[in-house]
Amino acid sequence: MAAKTLKINGTMVSAREGESILEAARDAGVAIPTLCHLDGLSDVGACRLCLVEVGGRLRPACTTAVAEGMEIQTNTDRLHAYRRQIVELLFAERGHVCAVCVASGHCELQDLAVSLGMDHVRYEYLAPTCAVDISHERFGIDHNRCVLCVRCVRACDEVEGVHTWDVSGRGTSARVISDMNQPWGESESCTSCGKCLLACPTGALFSRGATVAEMEHDPGRIALIVESRKVRG
Amino acid sequence: MDLQELQQIARRERERSRRIRIHCCTSSGCQASDALEIKRRLDEAVSEAGLDSEVEVVGVGCLGFCGQGPMVTVEPGDVLYEHVRPDHAAGIVAAINGGTCEAERGDLHHPFFARQYPIVRKNGGKIDPERIEEYIAAGGYRSLYRAINELTPAEVIDEITRSGLRGRGGAGYPTGLKWSTVAKSRGDRKYIVCNGDEGDPGAFMDRSVLESDPHLVLEGMSIAAYAVGADQGYIYVRGEYPLAIQRLQKAINQAKKLGLLGSQIFDSAFDFRVDIRVGAGAFVCGEETALIASIEGRRGQPRPRPPYPAESGLWGKPTLINNVETFANISSIVERGSAWYANIGTETSKGTKVFALTGKIRNTGLIEVPMGMTLREIVEELGGGAADGGEVKAVQTGGPSGGCIPASLFDTPVDYESLAKVGSIMGSGGMVVMDESTNMVELAKFYMEFCMDESCGKCIPCRVGTVQIHRLLGKITAGQATPADIEQLRELCQLVRDTSLCGLGQSAPNPVISTLRYFPEEYAALVPNE
Amino acid sequence: MSDTPKLRLATVWLGGCSGCHMSLLDLDEWLIDLAAHVDMVYSPIADIKVFPEGVDLALVEGAIASDEHMEIIHRVRANSTILVSLGDCAVTGNVTALRNPLGEAGLTLQQIYVDHGDPRGIIPAEPGIVPVLLDKVVPVHAVVHVDHFLPGCPPPAPRIRAMLEALLAGREPAAEGSDMLRFG
Repeated sequence: MAAKTLKINGTMVSAREGESILEAARDAGVAIPTLCHLDGLSDVGACRLCLVEVGGRLRPACTTAVAEGMEIQTNTDRLHAYRRQIVELLFAERGHVCAVCVASGHCELQDLAVSLGMDHVRYEYLAPTCAVDISHERFGIDHNRCVLCVRCVRACDEVEGVHTWDVSGRGTSARVISDMNQPWGESESCTSCGKCLLACPTGALFSRGATVAEMEHDPGRIALIVESRKVRG
Repeated sequence: MDLQELQQIARRERERSRRIRIHCCTSSGCQASDALEIKRRLDEAVSEAGLDSEVEVVGVGCLGFCGQGPMVTVEPGDVLYEHVRPDHAAGIVAAINGGTCEAERGDLHHPFFARQYPIVRKNGGKIDPERIEEYIAAGGYRSLYRAINELTPAEVIDEITRSGLRGRGGAGYPTGLKWSTVAKSRGDRKYIVCNGDEGDPGAFMDRSVLESDPHLVLEGMSIAAYAVGADQGYIYVRGEYPLAIQRLQKAINQAKKLGLLGSQIFDSAFDFRVDIRVGAGAFVCGEETALIASIEGRRGQPRPRPPYPAESGLWGKPTLINNVETFANISSIVERGSAWYANIGTETSKGTKVFALTGKIRNTGLIEVPMGMTLREIVEELGGGAADGGEVKAVQTGGPSGGCIPASLFDTPVDYESLAKVGSIMGSGGMVVMDESTNMVELAKFYMEFCMDESCGKCIPCRVGTVQIHRLLGKITAGQATPADIEQLRELCQLVRDTSLCGLGQSAPNPVISTLRYFPEEYAALVPNE
Repeated sequence: MSDTPKLRLATVWLGGCSGCHMSLLDLDEWLIDLAAHVDMVYSPIADIKVFPEGVDLALVEGAIASDEHMEIIHRVRANSTILVSLGDCAVTGNVTALRNPLGEAGLTLQQIYVDHGDPRGIIPAEPGIVPVLLDKVVPVHAVVHVDHFLPGCPPPAPRIRAMLEALLAGREPAAEGSDMLRFG
């Protein structure tokens, strides 16, 4: 294994070849905000929250591999401003109402808002019509709370090996769908394994019966499953 | 197939050809104005006049002067008819022998034609795109023969590199460099992809090339495949171009039949197969990684680069992806040499570029001009200025990803660097002309609506940022905005430009940024206290 | 501190559930400390009908949901030096804005009172008595300039106290961390 030496926020850091900037930073104790990244799943570089400055240029930390001599800044004023704008855009996009959400207190979006100091949203709330599907006997999906991180899509495809979930439509009309856009409860492929619930960062996917602030996701379990499979070989 | 056979086909075609050819444009634009009926009536008129042995009517590709279509030419003699109607057919045939003709005469020596330098469009309006024999008679497939038999792959790449050709899809990446990266990339299989997913509003360069001269593109792809070591190619054409798809398929079948595509091309060890993939109407599929996902049968969404397709493209294999117009340049470069090509254009932008001139301009159509021609020459001399005798105010280059360049900067030469310097891009070649009646804020809003509708939804800045920008522009045009809204508009444009995942989002704010820069008074007029 | 003139404090209740005001009352005995520094010049918990002039600090609970809210908030803004959005409804629209996806006011009332209501439901229409709904519920800062934001549904009493202490001391309130900033 070749080691790479690079600088993160001015501090020399060594990293493994092939590692992402995100992994290298975390190993070095530097936190970079993420939303679509989940340990154990492939990276898609979609949320843009983990953008860092590499020699002044913006790069997603999750999909950019470390290189020798890289100079990385993870928390400049510009990055902070962009991250806050992105989280504000998300809050304005759909009906994210923490007060009545099953995941309040256990929500990565809510936590991001706190960590970025977001005390209000400057953009117009789009207030789209989003469906709630509780046709599945154990689970439900509330599209108002979906941020399209597609962690559920990847968990279902890559870990459960099923690919019940995918995305239809485009732009702000994009929606996560089950099978051929039929109610979740009528999905023939869904194994009801619940890995999508584990992976969901917000209250979009929930156990039926959970009420406000009762839904605790367990995203770390995804990495655990993936890692233990590797050990079992 | 060998060189002798190729030459024989060309000879037979020339012998078969009649002394006088009536060329009737049968591209999409002219077809929409009844060109097929015109051609049928011309055929009838030739027979009725008993001129079958002397005159033939040929359905040809695009002549370029689309605003004057349907167009018919008679060769030899450089006779051009414009706005032709089916009932003009008999007159056009009669005029060959001095009869009278009611059809409107045009002028092939008009600056619109005379100032062009056709390389990519050299056969447009001259040959029947549905007959490979005509392409061969015009010198077609000789470059492919030469590449395979006289040059090593490295020599072909060297030739392309030295020509200075840059990608015509918009970004202007050096073509030779891209080819050599793919050639060097390791992989048990490599692919060639031709990007024909032309989607900019007002752009129809690639459609015209595909409809008018499909073999030119196929030959370019084949030469590329030989150079980089690929044996499979895909042409990705948008579904909105049915005629291009039909003619391409016909061309592929004809080339295969003659051994110019498929296995053992020109009896060599070189195999190359080409298949068409039809796009389903997503603008973002013109972005190379989204296009690749779409060919693979997945949702057409971009992914972060690197890795670039040259290293890991279709099914993870090294993939050369070039635009239609880029491939259409290759045969001429191999035939006439890199030095000839490098002599055309400017220091950093070599060769020619095809543009679709549209909007408030007198002469609407396709032009191919050497790089470095100024916007003024294009708009005023070739384009003839504003349509209704008004003042041209600005020109939008590069489609929704481009910027608006004001008339005060019309001395800007059209090359990659100069356009970037004034805040626009070369793009794929759309050129939309605006006159005094165009409100620039409305225009910016139109382009933003396009990008908002076409955003795939994968990354947040593009998905939601474009919607918010569009709302702010709506607020401005409705006269309800405040100076704070303008500030927010600027901030959002910066965010979307800097943080979006792919070129669609990164360039989406360009029309807003450039109109804010060059036409601040039009915004100020709509925002009290601005 | 007793030498300085008392700060003229107002609290306003627009489109919200009054939970934020309940939370304010949860400040318990600190309210007595507060009373030493402020004059409560307008509040739903004080019987004053018209928003006065020359208010130093206005805490506004609730979103802008009706023509009445719209009228009040403009008056509040015009007569207050510092305006604070108190709680999620004022800051984001929150529960009050949950009706927005239903469409404009008429459609919303139709769906709620007729389509999903009593079989013989009628849409309330008493001009001058019942405020007319706006087509879209918006947060306070979408209508007037807001100086500070205090999220929470409701904002816990210590969060309100921290904000008031900062403002009374003439400091910029700096809410940070989950205890002081969280929505919901």
